[in-house]
Amino acid sequence: MGLTRDEVEKIATLARLRLTADEATEMSSQLAQVLSYIQKLEEVNTEGVEPMAHAIEQVNVLADDVARESFPREAMLKNAPSRDEQCYRVPPVLGDR
Amino acid sequence: MGITELPAVQLLALLEEGTHSSRDITEEFLAVIARDDPNIGAFVRSDADAALIQADKIDKMRTAGKPVGPLGGIPVAIKDVLCTVDEVTSCGSRMLQEYRPPYDATSVSRLKKAGAIVIGKTNMDEFAMGCSTENSAFHPTLNPWNPEYVPGGSSGGAAACVAASMAPLSVGSDTGGSIRQPASHCGVVGLKPTYGRVSRYGLIAFGSSLDCVGPIARNVEDLAILLEVLAGPDEKDATSVQADVPDYLAACREPLEELKLGVVQEHFSEGLDPTVKQCVDQAIGQFKALGATVTNVQMPHSQYAIAAYYIIASSEASSNLARYDGAHYGYRASPSDTQSSRDLMSMYRDTRQMGFGAEVKRRIMLGTYALSAGYYDAYYLKALRTRRLIAQDFSEAFKNVDLLIGPVAPTPAFRIGEKVLDPLAMYLSDSYTVAANLSGLPAISIPCGRTEAGLPIGFQLQGPALSESKLLRAGNVYQQNTDWHLQTPAAQRQS
Repeated sequence: MGLTRDEVEKIATLARLRLTADEATEMSSQLAQVLSYIQKLEEVNTEGVEPMAHAIEQVNVLADDVARESFPREAMLKNAPSRDEQCYRVPPVLGDR
Repeated sequence: MGITELPAVQLLALLEEGTHSSRDITEEFLAVIARDDPNIGAFVRSDADAALIQADKIDKMRTAGKPVGPLGGIPVAIKDVLCTVDEVTSCGSRMLQEYRPPYDATSVSRLKKAGAIVIGKTNMDEFAMGCSTENSAFHPTLNPWNPEYVPGGSSGGAAACVAASMAPLSVGSDTGGSIRQPASHCGVVGLKPTYGRVSRYGLIAFGSSLDCVGPIARNVEDLAILLEVLAGPDEKDATSVQADVPDYLAACREPLEELKLGVVQEHFSEGLDPTVKQCVDQAIGQFKALGATVTNVQMPHSQYAIAAYYIIASSEASSNLARYDGAHYGYRASPSDTQSSRDLMSMYRDTRQMGFGAEVKRRIMLGTYALSAGYYDAYYLKALRTRRLIAQDFSEAFKNVDLLIGPVAPTPAFRIGEKVLDPLAMYLSDSYTVAANLSGLPAISIPCGRTEAGLPIGFQLQGPALSESKLLRAGNVYQQNTDWHLQTPAAQRQS
């Protein structure tokens, strides 16, 4: 099965990627090839089979409900591409700039 | 044979006898890195001064009679997917080129506590996505046996540095075969532990339900020593397995009794290179000669493992890699890099466009597609149901046999550039390895031959959950009766 350019663009937007025209063309044919291989799964009878989300299925690993030191703010902000004293800086989120 | 060709068990003996200091040993390995790594590219960073400071510290402790830990003074290379505190951890990506994590991965802190000398960070496919280490944003790694060939991947640097005598031990990660396949292509041993046996804390996430940290070394005894340091429950990883860590070295030295091996028929069919088949058949013959019983086993769903794996791994990756948004850490595209206006959406999209390489974008696209409205049931849920059937094939098989034996990869190492433009062909390199990740089971890759071009070939043993001791024991017995693991690229060049 193929992927149209519109579909590729829609997925790229969902994934917050931007693709050049060449990348989009290449992506659409490579994804089509991979998806056509993946169609193999249609042969598998999975009726009544529970989905297996995790390799070793564990439930409810609980920690004691005790307050603990976490990382200092400065350690976390140190890697920020843009920041002020206390916060990450990003372009305007609401409205025009 | 030089110091750098010795396994860690022997280096530890030299340190204990006092004939060599950790500085002596570390300097030897650093000299090989300085001499040979410009041609191989196994490391992305190696800080000789920092390594020697650690070595001197251990030497001083040893001289003073203080305990130095089970790896006291032994150099270990670390795949650049594992966080090292305040040291660049780039994960093969431009996105993290300057990222200095505020913490050590649990594996790294356990290595340091065990007295290991961190000798450098090894090259890898970007975000561990790839089978050849050609997807590194920085440089490719070449196969130490023949520089025209890839070392495998994604832990290509981790496997190549051991093969090239630049480190006796190295730590990699395996999401779909990324330890076992490069170990096989580089003629070293690699173990993917049971899911959760080693903490994932500080392992940069790719597919969280599949990712495992594991050891790479020259021989199985070394794997045992390193695994024992890495393994164990960790309160920082809720998915780590709550089980005691056995004495793996002692376990792997026990005699092998009544080993029942199963041969997965589906792994010997179409697509298997004849030389690989011949070498693996020979290894099976060797086990028979050592008293193992060998029976054929059917794994009817194994042919669907790659399809299910690429949906699940890519879906998890698309979710995990959403964190690289240009806001919190890592790379951010500046407006001058791009023509676009400076709003939040453009910042995300430009950052991810510039920061990720082609393969990472492909996986994010595939995963986003599989998880998107209208396709979730057909792809993601279908893959998760198939995953259970694959896991059940293993449970059935292990009712009758102890371990499964077969090839690691369908072919020996391929030529550099051969599969770069054909992602599907690259994905099929993982045909025999992904099932263990989907099922959370441990598996080991052990050298068992070489091609006419001199490229190594490995076989794989897979076992039930937490059967690492048994895998190591079987592997050790094999190595006691063969000498593939004693061969090195350096020795080959001299002969």
